[in-house]
Amino acid sequence: MIGRLRHMLIKEFIQVFRDKRARFFLFGPPIIQMLVFGYAATLEIKHVHTAIVDYDNSQVSRDLISRFEGSRYFDIRTRLAGRQQIPDVIERGDVTMAIQINSGFAQNVRKGQTAHIQVIVDSSNSNTALIGLGYVNEVTSNFSREYQLKSLQRTSPFTIAHMPKIVLDNRPWYNTDMSSQWFFVPGVIGNLVLVIVVTLTAFAVVREREIGTLEQIMVTPIRRVEFILGKTIPFFFIGLFDAALISVVGTLWFHVPLRGSIAVFVLGTVLFLLCVLGIGLFISTVSNTQQQAMVTAFFFIMPSITFSGFGSPISSMPEFFQYLTYLNPLRYFQIVLRSIYLKGVGLEVLWPQMAAMAVIGLFMLTVSVLRFHKSLE
Amino acid sequence: MNWNRLLAMAGKEVIQIKRDARSIAIVIAMPLVMMLAFGYGVSFDTKHIPVYVLDMEGSQQSQDFLKRFQSSVYFNVVKAVDNYPALIQAIDGGRCQIGIVVPPDFSNNLNTGETVRIQALVDGTDSNSANLGMSYSQAVVQAYSQQLQLQWLQRQGRTNIQPLVTVDARTWFNENLESMSTIVPGVVALVMAVVGTFLTSLTIAREWERGTMEQLISTPVTPMEIMFGKLAPYMAIGLFDTCVCAAMGVWWFGVPFRGHLSVFFLSSILFLTVVLSMGYFFSVIAKTQLAASQISLIATFLPAFLLSGFMYPIDQMPAVIRVITHIVPARYYMAILRNVFLKGTSITFMWQDFMALAIFATVLGFVATRVFKKRLD
Repeated sequence: MIGRLRHMLIKEFIQVFRDKRARFFLFGPPIIQMLVFGYAATLEIKHVHTAIVDYDNSQVSRDLISRFEGSRYFDIRTRLAGRQQIPDVIERGDVTMAIQINSGFAQNVRKGQTAHIQVIVDSSNSNTALIGLGYVNEVTSNFSREYQLKSLQRTSPFTIAHMPKIVLDNRPWYNTDMSSQWFFVPGVIGNLVLVIVVTLTAFAVVREREIGTLEQIMVTPIRRVEFILGKTIPFFFIGLFDAALISVVGTLWFHVPLRGSIAVFVLGTVLFLLCVLGIGLFISTVSNTQQQAMVTAFFFIMPSITFSGFGSPISSMPEFFQYLTYLNPLRYFQIVLRSIYLKGVGLEVLWPQMAAMAVIGLFMLTVSVLRFHKSLE
Repeated sequence: MNWNRLLAMAGKEVIQIKRDARSIAIVIAMPLVMMLAFGYGVSFDTKHIPVYVLDMEGSQQSQDFLKRFQSSVYFNVVKAVDNYPALIQAIDGGRCQIGIVVPPDFSNNLNTGETVRIQALVDGTDSNSANLGMSYSQAVVQAYSQQLQLQWLQRQGRTNIQPLVTVDARTWFNENLESMSTIVPGVVALVMAVVGTFLTSLTIAREWERGTMEQLISTPVTPMEIMFGKLAPYMAIGLFDTCVCAAMGVWWFGVPFRGHLSVFFLSSILFLTVVLSMGYFFSVIAKTQLAASQISLIATFLPAFLLSGFMYPIDQMPAVIRVITHIVPARYYMAILRNVFLKGTSITFMWQDFMALAIFATVLGFVATRVFKKRLD
């Protein structure tokens, strides 16, 4: 058995590494994807493109505007002469936000009356709009508080010292700079391992079937178990290698800290590989052509990624889909990856995720091996 | 070009698609699955952030304060713990994202006017939702603090204290800041990228791989006829899928459609021409289905996902990446789709995007025909 398996493995490795292009595909795309993801995937909004209309043109309104200018979150692109220009700049996409200060603003502030400023936001990207509005509120409420305090201080300085005050100390842990890269880079490892291993495994078997070489192999003394092992072991190692490669790129290039133990990382990857190999094999048993395999794999991969918590938190999905995510091995692997990378926790915390992956992996492998026997007959 | 031969070629392709029942299912299921995966799986409006609270005082006042978190839609107060280590364990284990700590001298300090510091321990792993969570908790604390101050000032006999500056926000195009309205139009472009490049690149590579391409070449069919005949059915499928996506977006997800159908179809046809030409080009140079599918994923799906402004706003990316996005056709289609769905912008505002798509369509279409001719020699 070992001898036959060895030959099968040699054949597979030769097939995988035979042509230059295929070799490139194993290692090039992961690195490209890692880099693009690392740089492009950011939900942080650091500078909101803003237009300003100041009808008041007073010292107070200029003071407020200078706070917007001084804030690193706003990028004041243009000053408009009148509100009628706002629709134009927003529709053309020159700015995301327009802040309008009406005349009488300074007067109201001085009298201690409520002064309104108008903010118009292009919310076609709801995330940008939401965060941008948050920044506006922050700037204006700081502005208000300072003016209020100043006026209180003038009239009754004693009062202020005894006024109740609550402040919030936000302490972000693990990712103290709140960097998107730190969040996305470990997640990308999971996505890439999923994509590479599922598609390669599914393809490898279906290709033989499509070209007709599967039948040739079946007439050799190779047993089915050996065939399956021969098909999966190379991709197991390729997956492991890719995971290592991408993590090295992530750590060295993006300086994402790897705080946990490498052994736990490897264990998590191995368990996740069981799942994806099982899924890849399963897809190969239900596909006759490579096109079918590819598309089926794609159908599986897309929802796996969106419902894994990779890009947005599971807790804000509709409830039904939250339950669905428990069936998704990538969900567990994402938690494992991010916890090992950023939190530095070990098995004492991650054992439920590891167990879940082990169960899903063994189940998928068993089902696909059983189905595989059938699909050969 | 001979119309009969072209039609025959297209007819052959249609038969091939029809023969494979699964590929028809795929054509219909592709937009559905992608819409569901993104519509429900991706969400920017972070709500129900899991929170643990640690009330070290346990007074009526501190409970009153914590109620503010319970009643906010943004938080889901999962549990109250009574010691610090339990809180840390919960954050380490990912059971909550924020831990709110009320100090033991909370009400005492409030009464004496000493500044009360509330701690928010935030799991910053997911930087985006952590950021939102921090600003939401900031808002809760600020509102509570302001209310106490107001009551206090009133007790001191000052009644004219009110918030000085308030922000009247108007959100245009997506009034309720629904992230679905941001995501769903973008999914149309993703589906097109997949249908256009992915599926087509496989069909042509399949002919090479199975050797039927040589048979085709030996017939009097010209390269142009092969290309148009091969691509025509996929153009039809693509258009059908755009309609499915749009219908689902409007009727299932409730996304508005404010523009003109003609603008929608014109841009979809242009974009489909671009992606079909790319798919054709890739399949000609790749020759195998695995390589073709890999190239098309890297070259169309990935940029359409990451570099088009679909989820990650282009103006927040590093300068180099911003420049690169200009050569991503999906960027222009994405902009047009958002306009058509949400803004209802007239085509005169979008002529630049249309020009860009038209240029891509012409150049890539031309390149695709050239490449194939060479191979025939």
